[in-house]
Amino acid sequence: MRTSMFSRLWTVIIFIYLFAPIAILIVFSFNAAKSLSVFSAPSLKWYRELFRDDVTLASLKNTLLLAVSASIVSTVMGTAAAVGINKLRRRWLAAALDTVTNIPMVNPDIITGISLMLMFVFVGRLFGLATSLSFWTMLLAHITFCLPYVILQVLPKLRQMDPALPEAAMDLGCTPLRAFFKAELPEIMPGVITGMIMAFTLSLDDFVISYFTQGNGFQTLPIRIYNMTKKTVTPKMYALATIIFFVILTLLLITNLIGDEDGAKRRRSKKRV
Amino acid sequence: MKKIVSVTVALCLIFSLAACGGSSGAADAKRLTLNVYNWGEYISDGSEDSMNVIKEFEAWYQENYGTAVHVNYDTYASNEDMYAKLKSGAVSYDVVIPSDYMIARMVDEDMLLPLNWENIPNSEYISDDFRSLYYDPDDVYSIPYTYGIVGIIYDANVVDEEDAVGWDLMWNPKYAGNILQFNNPRDAFGTAMYKRGIDVNTTDPADWQAALDELTAQRPIIKSWVMDEIYNLMESGEAAIGAYYAGDYFIMLDAQADSVDLRFYYPEPTNYFVDAMCIPSSCQNKELAEAFINYMLSEEPAIANAEYIYYASPNRLVYESEDYIEEMGEEAMEILYPDLESFQDAYNTYAYRNLDRETLDLLSTLWETLKVS
Amino acid sequence: MNRKARGDSIAAVQRAALAPYTVWAVVFIVVPLFFIAYYAFTDDSFRFTTANIVRFFTTTSEVVTEKGIPREVRTYLLIFARSLKLAVISTILCLLLGYPFAYLISRAGARAQKTMITLVMVPMWMNFLIRTYAWMTLLQDTGLINSFLGMLHLPALHMIGTEGAVVVGMVYDYLPYMILPIYSVMAKMDEKLIEAAHDLGCSSSGVLRRVVVPLSMPGVVSGITMVLVPSISTFYISQKLGNGKFYLIGDAIESQYTANNLHFAAAIAFIFMIVLLAAMALMRKLTGRRVYEGGM
Repeated sequence: MRTSMFSRLWTVIIFIYLFAPIAILIVFSFNAAKSLSVFSAPSLKWYRELFRDDVTLASLKNTLLLAVSASIVSTVMGTAAAVGINKLRRRWLAAALDTVTNIPMVNPDIITGISLMLMFVFVGRLFGLATSLSFWTMLLAHITFCLPYVILQVLPKLRQMDPALPEAAMDLGCTPLRAFFKAELPEIMPGVITGMIMAFTLSLDDFVISYFTQGNGFQTLPIRIYNMTKKTVTPKMYALATIIFFVILTLLLITNLIGDEDGAKRRRSKKRV
Repeated sequence: MKKIVSVTVALCLIFSLAACGGSSGAADAKRLTLNVYNWGEYISDGSEDSMNVIKEFEAWYQENYGTAVHVNYDTYASNEDMYAKLKSGAVSYDVVIPSDYMIARMVDEDMLLPLNWENIPNSEYISDDFRSLYYDPDDVYSIPYTYGIVGIIYDANVVDEEDAVGWDLMWNPKYAGNILQFNNPRDAFGTAMYKRGIDVNTTDPADWQAALDELTAQRPIIKSWVMDEIYNLMESGEAAIGAYYAGDYFIMLDAQADSVDLRFYYPEPTNYFVDAMCIPSSCQNKELAEAFINYMLSEEPAIANAEYIYYASPNRLVYESEDYIEEMGEEAMEILYPDLESFQDAYNTYAYRNLDRETLDLLSTLWETLKVS
Repeated sequence: MNRKARGDSIAAVQRAALAPYTVWAVVFIVVPLFFIAYYAFTDDSFRFTTANIVRFFTTTSEVVTEKGIPREVRTYLLIFARSLKLAVISTILCLLLGYPFAYLISRAGARAQKTMITLVMVPMWMNFLIRTYAWMTLLQDTGLINSFLGMLHLPALHMIGTEGAVVVGMVYDYLPYMILPIYSVMAKMDEKLIEAAHDLGCSSSGVLRRVVVPLSMPGVVSGITMVLVPSISTFYISQKLGNGKFYLIGDAIESQYTANNLHFAAAIAFIFMIVLLAAMALMRKLTGRRVYEGGM
């Protein structure tokens, strides 16, 4: 593997492209003035404001709650679905599911959002509810658009896996269920984890679908920010983004450090052998 | 395994951050809930040392009525967004604060409940100038919250003083590439119609076409179609001319770059608007809603809101308050509360009214033509 | 139990796991589509009509071209074509930028790979509204890039309000969705195949062309699907970075919804959906594989 000048340069350029706006965010979060484009002096003002802004913090909590719930449910259901699809024998069913699974991915957000809202309102009217939308409708909507991505990540791993594995497990006395958990799941785990992370990311950043399916009193962060745009988005939001960024960065470091230990342990144990 | 550990750690970190603020909103058996739907950034919410009106209301209500109240405060970015949500029946709200023309439409469609003035004694503090406005001629469904006038903001470092007159400044080719126009059909067409002296509520398609011609002529010299972006663009000197609401001028003034010198004036004629508090028909607790409205009209919250939003207040307790006048300063008071012979006359002539379906369709078609060219 | 019976019992149990999702899919994916269709084919009083669909295809506007010649165009077809054009350009750029990048990451050490992939995903966790604002600060005529160029005494670039700015914003938002699937496929590509190709005398570019590219196709297809379609219906980026000058199909749907023309908005959505499903079916026939077969 040669890391030529070119490949190093290309990697650096792409990373600069990906992180330039984030650098802006971080710098302007320390802006003393209210502006997002004119930097006057460094200040921690917006961080102070952020911690006093109950509504924004509440919306952050809501967003995280929603993202975690949606990603867990969609990962479990999506993995089960992928497992099932993998074993389908009827072509028409497989093709139909293929199409249906792709629909949330290829439909524009605004259409998915409006259609779900129409359906929820219809059901709400049937039951004579005053409010058809709530946290639960939002959760249902989020799970719906996360599912295809989970399935898309897990299925290829299943196809890649040796089908003899679960059979071997059953040979050794496992029930089909245990065989899955002991033999298959570890093999497809990278796909499951990636699927879960993608689902989490999608839910976190979703604005359009959340907008159409939100109920009273449960605002998510993207909606809160969008509604601030009537007046002006202040660097307070940049402060929030900066904090999130550093939390993730810290996580990366921690993961890498743990990874280091694991790797070192493996190397040590190899030496002994 | 590692990933699960790290994800858990992250969540703990972020949850602890979120736990610093933010109430859980879980319903308490004895607790009442009030659902308020308002524009974004349109209430004094405790940021930058201002009064947190929502929290104060909850405390005040608890003290005076002995019951706990939780306010669900949701926001919207435009009248149309709010209308679409309420119309679809998807959500119910107890208090909503639309603009005049939207109130007219909602009254027409039976979407609002009449207010019980006995529960809102503070309504007497609203100036007489704001009685019998066209959208609620018998003062049944609404009580004004803020009002304002559209004016032109310009950078004195770029624009010559003698050009800063009337609507023509926004059409002046000398400043091509420096001009901003509203990115919504009603307001954009409004500027063209005020310029030509056409009635903004006309139903004559020829009038609308004339306005379209104006806007088409303006297209090449526009820098950007804006709503909230106007703040950024004018503060940084990216653009030098734009029309927006008076109060917003002061927000931009506060944050302008050193190289920018923003000034403001009212062209004649121009748009007047009133935003008023109403109770939608999906309201679940009318008396609580009325108590909230009454609270918003009382001195401390009204002044706090007016100072935070920076728009003019129709409430005597505000514009006659010495503290408020001092806080705002002379220039602000002059611009926000201009000397008008009759606000009602000016308002009833020049404010936007609810247009009928046909005209709205025409407007939306013309707008698309303009945008697509 | 013999081998086949055991295999069958596993398969049966696993197929049963599909049940919850099937129910979910029908209720939350298929049924809402019927609502769209229902609204698309009815008018305000909910009577059946094809007027909405017809309106999409027949509305015309008079536009004046740069040369000052008035021309009548089909409004919505023009809007759709423009959205498609921007989306295709963005997708191609994502591919050009992302493909080599994914390849380079997949050739790095295991720990470096994990770090780099996570770093690629980090921008996606920053709220997209905020990211767009940050791009405005960078691209404005008085923005940071131009200030920087000014310091170097270079002429200023007019970036914001151009199609280029919109593309830059779109590529930025969707690049990770192109990189991830391609990387996934490349990461599990058998090293031995590449070694074998080298052994058989292939040059580096030959290896790339004959081994790496064909094997990475499933990832590329995934990536294109995940980028092309969302970028057709994007509207926020075109408003903020395009100075509102580019009226795209997403803007059209949103503005019809806002103007309370829900039926027409649904009609636009319905036509859009049909076009996409047709395209997907076509792609499936041509490539002979189900879209997610190769995936990640």
